[in-house]
Amino acid sequence: MGMLVSLRDWIDARFPLTSMWEEHLSKYYAPKNFNFWYFFGSLALLVLVIQIITGIFLTMNYKPDASQAFASVEYIMRDVEWGWLIRYMHSTGASAFFIVVYLHMFRGMLYGSYKGPRELIWLFGMMIYLALMAEAFFGYLLPWGQMSFWGAQVIVSLFGAIPGIGDSLSLWIRGDYVISDVTLNRFFALHVIAVPLVLLVLVVMHILALHEVGSNNPDGVEIKKNKDENGIPKDGIPFHPYYTVKDIVGVVVFLMFFSFVLFFVPEGGGYFLEAPNFEPADPLKTPAHIAPVWYFTPYYAMLRAITFDIGPLSSKFLGVIVMGAAVVILFFLPWLDRSLVKSIRYRGPVFKTMLALFVLAFAVLGYLGTQAPTDTKTMLAQVGTAVYFAFFLLMPIYTKIDPTKPVPDRVTMGGGH
Amino acid sequence: MKKQLLAFLMLVAPAVGLASSGEVHLDKANIDPTNQESLQLGAKTFVNYCLGCHSAKFQRYNRLARDIGLSEDDVMQNLMFTGEKIGDHMDTAMTRGDAKNWFGAPPPDLTLVARVRGVDWLYTYLRSFYRDDSRPFGVNNVVFPNVGMPNVLWALQGEQVPVYKTETDDDGHEHKVLEGVELEEAGVQTPPDFDRTVRDLVNFLAYMGEPIKQQRKALGLKVLLFLLVFFVVAYLLKKEYWKDVH
Repeated sequence: MGMLVSLRDWIDARFPLTSMWEEHLSKYYAPKNFNFWYFFGSLALLVLVIQIITGIFLTMNYKPDASQAFASVEYIMRDVEWGWLIRYMHSTGASAFFIVVYLHMFRGMLYGSYKGPRELIWLFGMMIYLALMAEAFFGYLLPWGQMSFWGAQVIVSLFGAIPGIGDSLSLWIRGDYVISDVTLNRFFALHVIAVPLVLLVLVVMHILALHEVGSNNPDGVEIKKNKDENGIPKDGIPFHPYYTVKDIVGVVVFLMFFSFVLFFVPEGGGYFLEAPNFEPADPLKTPAHIAPVWYFTPYYAMLRAITFDIGPLSSKFLGVIVMGAAVVILFFLPWLDRSLVKSIRYRGPVFKTMLALFVLAFAVLGYLGTQAPTDTKTMLAQVGTAVYFAFFLLMPIYTKIDPTKPVPDRVTMGGGH
Repeated sequence: MKKQLLAFLMLVAPAVGLASSGEVHLDKANIDPTNQESLQLGAKTFVNYCLGCHSAKFQRYNRLARDIGLSEDDVMQNLMFTGEKIGDHMDTAMTRGDAKNWFGAPPPDLTLVARVRGVDWLYTYLRSFYRDDSRPFGVNNVVFPNVGMPNVLWALQGEQVPVYKTETDDDGHEHKVLEGVELEEAGVQTPPDFDRTVRDLVNFLAYMGEPIKQQRKALGLKVLLFLLVFFVVAYLLKKEYWKDVH
């Protein structure tokens, strides 16, 4: 014991080990009233670790070569010891990542966690979301199945809709006139090195910004306004051990769901691993129906919802703009929301209705994105797109006029009523 | 014989489905992946009837032996004909060039076909060939119209002919649409026997699509049981730590 203490002191004289431990864990005071929704931050971190570790092991046998990629994935599934487990963890992890992140973002919207002074946390989070989408997109090409190939072909050709530079831009991204071995190689590089590095840096900044201002909570009360004589927030409890032991419970429950999918339905009903992707990429054979993986389908539905030209602007270009705007507009959330309260617990009926409509629109768009378009479905997608944007664009108005309830001084345990 | 044909028609025809309505009804394959005898019979049919043209290039013979309860000797004696080694992949003897010349396109690799198409599709497809003299091999298929593959199981199944019905469209024009198929000339096997042969074959194809499937599920059960125990411990730990938080 004495030796361990002196080792710690030796390190502390040279590196801020103890002070970092205290700042971020044992003396980081988090509100004591976190509920169910607060599991998803730590779960996102867990999934990131799962993806990085399984990803490293996958690269040991995967071959980023158009003539070998598909076979190397089957080699991993069949001949590499426990390769199937590593691969399914990675493919299930990709979908789990988006599920967890979407719930994490929704938590932020429920309790106004993006509002001042936490705007930067939201912005870093949104950049993580963007990086995650890029990571998923690049990664999906690697198995080199039919959906890998044609999905990438469709998405990259979207850049071709940009007037003037479009064609050269998509050529530059692909490095070829079609998705090819060149594209596969660069997507591999981006997937295993470039984007993960960006992701890690952003995650660190997300957490640093969080620990600078402190966590929000389901009441939207600033716990730092009520401190005791030692300067510790009265409603705060040290993250470690309280939230570490609580998060372990969340982790176990999450792993149950994760393992259920992984061991019993790894294809996720055709949504996590699409059936046509078990067929090797064939540039000469276009699949009857190309659908992106589920986590992109809301945006894909918005892209297809734009079926009309406006003046010189083609519907395809406008669709790309709408799709891009749908992601970009999320960045502005902290400044669109003019409500005086953070948490949905103290907001009025208008915000609650709008949020419910927004969630409904996002889910419906997600479903429509998986389906082949029909007239009715396109119309529904147009309505969904309108609702999606109305939620944001009308927010400055409805959050201002929406009546609010008085916010208590201190946090409440369990419900706030 | 007539009676038997009629019985088969009644049994199969409503299920074999209607190509005209776009969505073809698929029969349930009802395979049993734990039935090793079925997998062995399926492997035999696969090697005898499919492997001549199609490869299964991700499936190794020795893995197959281990997984479907055969010895390597059994496999070498009964399932390997062209001097491969036991650790080899199940490749076809047909060259890609020949295949392209003969069929227009090389027959696809079948290792993963069950994961692409699904077992019900395969089960229905393999039983849905019918005589069509306009096609190069004299047959067409209900679930895969104008398919380039001959009915290789013909000798077992016999010969099916199409049954058409007349439909009137919105403009008052009459169309002949495919309603189903009926067995005209019996094969070596009775219809129920043939269904069983195809079911075993599809069972084997499903096995090849994911050889680890049964072990994966068995392991999953253990993992979930462990997590359940872990959950109780983790929950009690949390409760103990949090009892002074109000």
